[in-house]
Amino acid sequence: MALLGISLLAITIGDWLGEIENWVFAVLAITMVFAALRVVTTKNVVHAALYLVIALGGSAALFLLLGAEFVAWTVVLVYIGAIIVLFLFGIMITRAPLGYETRLSHPRRVQIGAALASGALFLLIGGSMLDAFGDDPLPVLDATRTGDIGQSIFERFVIPFEVVSFVLLAALIGGIVLARRDPAEEPAETEEVPA
Amino acid sequence: MIINQFLLLGAALFSIGIYGVLSRRNAVLVLLSVELMLAAVNINFVAFDALNQDAVAGGQVFALFIIAVAAAEVGIGLAIVLLIYRNRRSANVDELDLMKL
Repeated sequence: MALLGISLLAITIGDWLGEIENWVFAVLAITMVFAALRVVTTKNVVHAALYLVIALGGSAALFLLLGAEFVAWTVVLVYIGAIIVLFLFGIMITRAPLGYETRLSHPRRVQIGAALASGALFLLIGGSMLDAFGDDPLPVLDATRTGDIGQSIFERFVIPFEVVSFVLLAALIGGIVLARRDPAEEPAETEEVPA
Repeated sequence: MIINQFLLLGAALFSIGIYGVLSRRNAVLVLLSVELMLAAVNINFVAFDALNQDAVAGGQVFALFIIAVAAAEVGIGLAIVLLIYRNRRSANVDELDLMKL
């Protein structure tokens, strides 16, 4: 029975590697998982942000593979262009140790617990996905036209779109209010708060 | 291409993000791990959109909404981390125990 399963798996993987897109996918997936692991394990804060660029660039390439061109370029523009730059500024301003630093993560026992929890979560999600979809093929993909997405946003999803724009406005005002240095508190600024 | 290759990659990236959130000590790195989880969810949305081929491209539109909300979240999150750093001279999540009994 186990032998049958393994041979079936071998045939499936052989078929799977017959398509050229799957080779592209495999390269992207390995790169992304490696970059993601480096994001959560590296001892250098700036390197973590830059590895996240690789992971997000890989996801943009996957979106191109799936025919979602507009989403892919939005990821490149918004995530890599804006969010990562914001992170780099945050790293600079909070004076996170720019060199190699050993105390960026919790102690070893917490890391082991986190690894166990996330591994169990991966097995749970992966197992239920395999159970639900097996090897269902994706239909032959046609690139989605950006015009169609625009039509969809402004007709079918116009109310969520307005809500998102309101969320962005609230975040904008909230960011200004939170990060602004209050002039009245300026003298108290030099006071060290005992940690 | 099968649907599960994308879903499994999304699950792997999500789990790695969970690991980062649980094991990192610096608040900026926790936020980076949350970004990783959001990217994983986006992959799932676009993969299901490709599977369903629905006329309004709902999966892609929701991925765009997630990107917008992620941008807002990072803006607010970094502002809060900045404020905590300014007040406590530290951005480590385990030192923020002011509200702990």
